[in-house]
Amino acid sequence: MSELANRLISFNYTARLRLLVIFFVAIFVALSTGCTDSSISGTAPAGVIYCSESNPSYFNPQLDTSSTTADVSAHQIYSRLLEFDPSTGRIKPGLASSWLVSDDGLTYTFQLRRNVKFHQTDYFTPSRNFNADDVIFSFQRWLNDDHPYHDVNDATYPYFSSLNLAHTIASIDRINGYRIEIKLFQRDSSFLANLATDFAVILSQQYGEYLMLTKQPERIDFYPIGTGPFRFDEYQKNQFIRLLPHLQYWKSVPLTEQLIYDITPSSSIRFAKLRTGECDSIAYPSQAEITIMQADPNIVVQEAPGLNVGFWAFNTAKPPFDQADVRRGLALAIDKNSILDAVYFNSASRARSLIPPSSWAYNNDIKEINYNPMRARELLDKAGISKGFRMTIWAMPVVRAYNPDALRMAQLIKSYLAAVDIDATIVTYDWNTFRDKLNQGEHDSVLIGWSADNGDPDNFYRPLLSCDAIPSGTNRAMWCNPEFDALVNSAIKISNEDKRAILYAKANNMIAKEIPLLPIAHANRYQVKNAALQGFSINPYGSIRFEGVTKTVPLPTPSMTSSTVVVNDEVRP
Amino acid sequence: MITTLIRYFNLTFLTLLILVMLSFGLAYFFPGDPIINLMGTNKLDSQPFLMLSSQQTNIFMQFWYYVQALLAGEWGVSFATGKPLYQDIMRLLPATLELSIYAVTIALILGIPLGFLAGMNYHKKIDNIFMSSSMIMYSFPVFWLALLLILLISLQAQWLPMSGRLSLLFNVPHYSGFILVDILVSDIENKRFAFNNAVQHLILPTLSVSFIAFAVFLRATRRSVADVLETQYIKSAQTRGLPGKTIFFRHVLRNALLPVLPILAVQISTLVTNVMIVETIFSWPGIGDWLIQAIYERDYPAIRTGMLLVSVVVVIITMSLECISQLIDPTRDRFAYARR
Repeated sequence: MSELANRLISFNYTARLRLLVIFFVAIFVALSTGCTDSSISGTAPAGVIYCSESNPSYFNPQLDTSSTTADVSAHQIYSRLLEFDPSTGRIKPGLASSWLVSDDGLTYTFQLRRNVKFHQTDYFTPSRNFNADDVIFSFQRWLNDDHPYHDVNDATYPYFSSLNLAHTIASIDRINGYRIEIKLFQRDSSFLANLATDFAVILSQQYGEYLMLTKQPERIDFYPIGTGPFRFDEYQKNQFIRLLPHLQYWKSVPLTEQLIYDITPSSSIRFAKLRTGECDSIAYPSQAEITIMQADPNIVVQEAPGLNVGFWAFNTAKPPFDQADVRRGLALAIDKNSILDAVYFNSASRARSLIPPSSWAYNNDIKEINYNPMRARELLDKAGISKGFRMTIWAMPVVRAYNPDALRMAQLIKSYLAAVDIDATIVTYDWNTFRDKLNQGEHDSVLIGWSADNGDPDNFYRPLLSCDAIPSGTNRAMWCNPEFDALVNSAIKISNEDKRAILYAKANNMIAKEIPLLPIAHANRYQVKNAALQGFSINPYGSIRFEGVTKTVPLPTPSMTSSTVVVNDEVRP
Repeated sequence: MITTLIRYFNLTFLTLLILVMLSFGLAYFFPGDPIINLMGTNKLDSQPFLMLSSQQTNIFMQFWYYVQALLAGEWGVSFATGKPLYQDIMRLLPATLELSIYAVTIALILGIPLGFLAGMNYHKKIDNIFMSSSMIMYSFPVFWLALLLILLISLQAQWLPMSGRLSLLFNVPHYSGFILVDILVSDIENKRFAFNNAVQHLILPTLSVSFIAFAVFLRATRRSVADVLETQYIKSAQTRGLPGKTIFFRHVLRNALLPVLPILAVQISTLVTNVMIVETIFSWPGIGDWLIQAIYERDYPAIRTGMLLVSVVVVIITMSLECISQLIDPTRDRFAYARR
């Protein structure tokens, strides 16, 4: 190329081109900064954004024990007959304004609240208030196999069937429009507590009838109508759920203008969104992040001892795990303390039994299994487990309070088992598949746990280890011991706590002897929130509640205004 | 020109036919009942679907009914949600297109002028700076760039949001699916604020996608300008004493821009891949994020439809760009030469 010509052209036009480039860059910069200019007035709509971890399976906690489902619907969309007082754990009135228990403990009479309105949405307009028919409809749905809604959406009602409630309740009768009577076959001291759990929600009978008429009954669990503080507005899978306040809610509490569940499966992204202010609160903060959050003045970390247990369950229906010696041998091979350090980061206490020390049914004299690999190998040899025996450890794929990192725990256990010449393989699936396969008993052993729905110790024993809990999919050990069942069943027939505690102590010793599962830890519960969120506290009994939660300063997204930048500079550690 | 059009039309038609056949075949390769894999359910009651699932049809008739169902917008339902795929895709596709269009636009309006600047200063300082920096940009993995932007701009500086299209607090009714358009036609309160918020959400994903495309356009333009400057006709124009302005606008600009269009066509598939990655990282509710979820959940009807749709879009855009570039630049037409 002729250098001269080249220079000729570039001399004339480089300057122009440079101008052009500067022009475009200027446009771009103006676009990116001008739009965030503080001079543009306007406020963001108010509302609370909660970053949840997954998609709910239904909008009805009757059908699912997963806390993802309960978090969205249990306390937001629905109300129950009874509620737990979050501070004392006592039962207080909900939709039932008062109740009477007969002297024999078999008949419960509930007086229902008047003037309670159901949600009015664009898919249903109720024409009457809440009354006894709704209670009967909601209970009969899971109680009565012949109820028209019993099999809708292939429902299994896992919570109620794990407690065998359908066989505890003899009848539910309407006395008048605002009074119902429930008769039991036998005394059950945890009955009222069960009615106050997340799962005993009240649906609208009128809506049920309407859906039957329009031949779309399956919508009842996806387009919910309830009496709770929020009504359903929109759900986009993997994206968000929008709930709007129920303006005629029967309690007079402040409600936020909208409640949004931003579905964010990754724990680190939830944390990042909390820091940028895109979420006001997040589900399941990871232990490693809690310390960072505590240092951030914009974020409040709430902590409470948890009613939960993380455990390692053996599939006792599958040889050789049906032998107690094999289970004991495996349990002896692992060191719980190092697991606590590595997985829970000092946010949990070592579990000695199924129930946490805060429960009245806890007994101190349980024989605990201590780490002893030599003895472990002896027991395994005795039981005929050869060296190089292969087994699977199933690690749940989601974060739960009782087990913040099942995969890491599984890796630790794997290395402990390798020391006693057992070759463990770690198995994991996505959460729904995982639970399906567990229900089918495909596992050798599984790392999972349980969060209690109420303060009653029965909430641990029967759902986790009774024979009835095997088909309903909460007994992960697949353990069915008639002696144990008899113990816990007799315990719920007694109302005296001391006498019940003696029976539970026996049950604890039986678990310690048979080891269908090895309790590992009782984790503290954490809830993190933006400092601007008011009235948000940990619900020790069950899932999250947004009733009465408001936000002081609406700051939906970070802005580039200079004042905010200064604030951010100040707050960053 | 007519022959070129016909040729491209035939080519597109055949490619699409093969794609549809492939997607039909996928249903037979996936485990399970092919009809359910195809439509996601056996409870649809549209005419083509009923014919498709009837026992009497052979595989060729089935394929014919499948094509009819596709054309009728009967794309089946998702395993995961049980909702019609057509609605899902029509809601998500505009989000992806929106991101791609803005990214390409930015890459073009920045890449081409800067490419000219570099080409005019061939092998000089400014050219070297552009070349080395574009080399770095070109070799940036897009997912890493996206994460870096989130880390620096969202988390450290807290200037821009890190996920989504719009703060979820805004409830903008669906109209076109293009968020900026939707906000403008909607009658929500604080429209300006919503618009700004949407633009803030757009900046980081758009930047991540346009980064590599920008480097490609810059390099291509610069090469092409340098080549044009070396040609005989520029030299003759100079010897004829034409003013630099005329030389630039009449000879350099037009001829240098011609090879850029086919490069744009080639870039489309890379661009779509990058958009999908970026969508996942920024939780951008587009087709890429959705398709990756579908793969996780083994949602065969969704995978099949999503794959088909994305490839159809890519094929149509690529083919039309190639066709246009050939129409405006007949020298690229091999067959035209052969006929002469």
